[in-house]
Order: sequence, then structure tokens, then C-alpha cells
Amino acid sequence: MELFVARLFDGLANGSTYALIALALVMIYKATTLINFAQGEMAMFGAFIVLVLATEQGVPMWIAVLIGMIISALIGAGIERTLIRPFDPADHLPLVIITLGLFLVFGSLAGIIWRFDPRQFPELFPSGSALSFGVATLTWYTVCVVATVLAVAGLLTVLLNTTKIGLAFRAVSSNLESSELSGIRVGPTLQFGWAIAAAVGTLAASIYVADPIRQLEPTVMARVLIFSAAAAALGGLDSLWGAIIGGIAIGMVQSIVVQYVPFIPNEMSLATAVLVLVLVLVFKPSGLFGTPAVERV
Amino acid sequence: MSDKLLEVKDLRGGYGPIQVLHGLDFHVDKGEVVVILGANGAGKTTTLRALSGMIETSGSIELEGEQILGAKKADIVRKGVAHVPQGRGTLPELSVEDNLLVGAYVRKDKEVQADMEKWFEVYPVLHERRHQRAGSLSGGEQQMLAVSRALMSRPELLLLDEPSLGLAPIIVADLFDRFSHINKDTGTTMLVVEQNAQLALSIADRGYVLESGQITVQGEASSLMHDDAIRKAYLGV
Repeated sequence: MELFVARLFDGLANGSTYALIALALVMIYKATTLINFAQGEMAMFGAFIVLVLATEQGVPMWIAVLIGMIISALIGAGIERTLIRPFDPADHLPLVIITLGLFLVFGSLAGIIWRFDPRQFPELFPSGSALSFGVATLTWYTVCVVATVLAVAGLLTVLLNTTKIGLAFRAVSSNLESSELSGIRVGPTLQFGWAIAAAVGTLAASIYVADPIRQLEPTVMARVLIFSAAAAALGGLDSLWGAIIGGIAIGMVQSIVVQYVPFIPNEMSLATAVLVLVLVLVFKPSGLFGTPAVERV
Repeated sequence: MSDKLLEVKDLRGGYGPIQVLHGLDFHVDKGEVVVILGANGAGKTTTLRALSGMIETSGSIELEGEQILGAKKADIVRKGVAHVPQGRGTLPELSVEDNLLVGAYVRKDKEVQADMEKWFEVYPVLHERRHQRAGSLSGGEQQMLAVSRALMSRPELLLLDEPSLGLAPIIVADLFDRFSHINKDTGTTMLVVEQNAQLALSIADRGYVLESGQITVQGEASSLMHDDAIRKAYLGV
């Protein structure tokens, strides 16, 4: 039982990080209806910027994270302007290939600038455990990650539902032509989505590698992206809160299956996530919380 | 000379290499309802898309004496042109209320809420469903919403692209009746593109007939209604 709880706590921590990256994926999906495969690598790049600011420039850790998020947002906005906007938004293949290209570019760029050796990332959250239950301990790290995810999703919800740019963003993701005919400038609106996604991604990667058991290296987010994409799809791709539920669900399944299903080795935990995803999508194609297409004709 | 709101000269345009409009000349006076009639493929929708800056065009489009040809879509809206596109011009995932707020996106004044209440009074069913997603409304309700959304920008000129398309005759009659009232109450100038000639002419001041990208007939709505050629081609009598 204690072991089971311990696995649940583990899953919660991992799942929350997946959820955070999934939130970034959902923002891009809402903007461009595609999955940004470079999201994880962009986030990793942002985390390196945070690391450099904090360890080499002596910036206090949370301020470094904040500056890193702002720089990432600018990079995200620049990518949208130069590599996404010139293409027809309805034609997905070129855009998907661009995100795959960005995946490689950011991975290599990080390797060239910061090398491929793993680096220790400064801690973001207090260490120690908040709650103990035999061998099962709920660390402050886990508590803080969950709190961060909820706070980010809350802020995004408020941003989308109560601000003018949020209204424009939702309008554009619903009907591009009618939004344009209402005077919304589509390009800058989508750019806003890319900027937000990049900033959230950098926060997510920083938190992920701030776990004392992990280190920052250029390939660290590749695995996370797969889980996060599964989480986002599970939650319905266009739902922020669905992404959180999806992320935590995937995290839990991963940590429990690895413990209790002996014929699935740890290396296959990735496959279990995909299996969950396939099962959900077979029975509910728009995901758990996705907006089903309603169109009365 | 009457007060021209929109003056179009030698308008040409189309999609890529295919030219659809072959030099149109027409105008719309302030406060008028003008209808453009034409069969499928005559270029009616293309004309409206040209006015809104959605396609490549040449010629001249003057709105209150100011050239708007070549302006960006978002800027044309800010100059006072609202466009209800063919089919459902709504934002299906957004609530009715949010659709109307999007319509008022270009406005900076404080009367948005009051305007919203005004259209809720005109179309009570929208008030009933204000928290419902637009995509879940019936076709007629969506058309009302699309029109209200366009009017929320307080346009000088409202472009309506086949508002009757796919709607039951009784709903269409009511819709056009409202257009006529809105025109009289708010003074909003309207340019309506339609296949339903009888209905459109009944609320219009003047009309043009578009055939293969050229204007072939023009005149007062009442005289067009009695023009034999038009009666044959569009009124089915």
C-alpha cells in the first residue's frame, strides 16, 4: 500500500510536468491546429538560458526563470512571424515539417552552445517532504509543481476568457475568416499564442530539470514531449484543463504500470502512455475534454 | 448629386489566374439598400470579397471618397465596412455573447454592452441563448447572430452575402423584414447579394444584375421588379 502511494506521488510529479508542457501544446494547437513538435526542445533551450542567467550571471533563480520565459516568448513570437505566418494555415504538412525542423535546430544549437554533458540545474522549490506515509513521501517539489500547473492553467484561463486579446485568440481559433471580417489582426493574435506557449514551455522545462534527480542536457525534453503530446491529446488538444487531467493521468499510468505490470519493462513505459491514448481516442475521438465539432446544418 | 458612400469603378479581380470580375461599376448611396442579383457563378460573392480586401483586385473602390482598394482586411473593417459571409458567419465554438463581443472588437467606446442589449431586443432568441455556443444554434438563428455580430461594429456599410441561403422561406421573409427595419432605424447602408430576387428587391432601393462578372442591368428596385427580362431570369414568372 505504501509503495502504491509512493508510486502515485511519483506519477503526480511527472504527470504535472507533462501537463505543463501539454498546456503549451494546447495553446499552439488552438492557434494553428497542429502539434508543435519543437515545443520540448524550445523549452529545453529556454531552460538553458535560465541556467546561464542563474549560474553564470548570478541572477536570482526565480528572476532568471522569469527573464528566461520572456526571452523564450520573444523567440516564440519571432518563429511565428518568420517561419509560420508565411505559410497557408490550412495546409498542415509544411507547418509540421517546420516544427520538426525546429526540433532538430534547437537540439543541435543547444548542443553547440552548451555541449551535450548533463548539467546540474539549481533547485527552484524547497527540498524535503511535506507529508510522509511510511516509505511514501510527498515532497515539497511535487506539491509545488502541482501548484504551479494549477496556477498557470488558471492564469491562462483568465487571460483567454476575460481579456480582449484572449477573445481575439479564441475567435481566431474558432473561425479565421469571420474573425478577420470582424477586424481582428490574425497574425499578431496567433503570434501571441506562440509567445505564451514558449514562455510556459520554458517554465515547464525549468521545473522538470529542477527536480534533484534530473539534470539539464539538450535531449532531456524529447521523452517528455511524447508524454505531453499524449496528455494533450487525451485531454482533447484544445482544452487547458483537459491537458492537466491528461498529463496527470499519463503520469500515474506510467508510474503504476512500471511497478505492477512485470512484463512491461521501464523502457516500455512510453508505450503504455501511447496505449492509454489509443484506447481513449478509439472510444472518444475528441479526447476527454475536447470540444466536439458541433455544426448544425 | 446624392451622397455616395461607396463608389466602385472598373473593379476587376478573381482567384489566381482566374478572373471573375470583368470591370464592374456601381455605387451605393448613404442610407440605401442596394441589391446585386445574379445566378450561381456570376461573381456576386467575389464582388463582396473584393470590397472587403479578401482577394486581389484592381480598379477603384472608394468609401466616402477614400480609396480602400489594397487596404488590409482589418483596416477596412475599421473604416466602417462589415461583411456577413456566405453560410454561417459565426464563431461556432464561442458563446452567442462572445460572438457579439468579437463583432465589437474594433470599437473603443463604452456602449458595447448597450448595443448588445439592443440586438438582443431585436432578436430575443439570441438573448435566450446568449450563453450557448453559436454552433448549436439553428441556421436561421446563426444568420441572425452573424448579422448582429456584423452590426456590433456599428458599420457605415453592411455587406450581406446571400443571407437567404439554406434557410426556410418563412425565416428568410422575417430576416429580410428585419433588414428593412434595421436600415430605417439605424440608417445602416446595406449592399445585399442575393439569388432570391423577389425578396431582395422588395426591401431594396436599387439593384444591379450581375452576369459572368459584368453588370448587365441596373435600375430602381421597383422598375427591376417589373422588368421582363429579370422577371423571366430571376423571378420565375
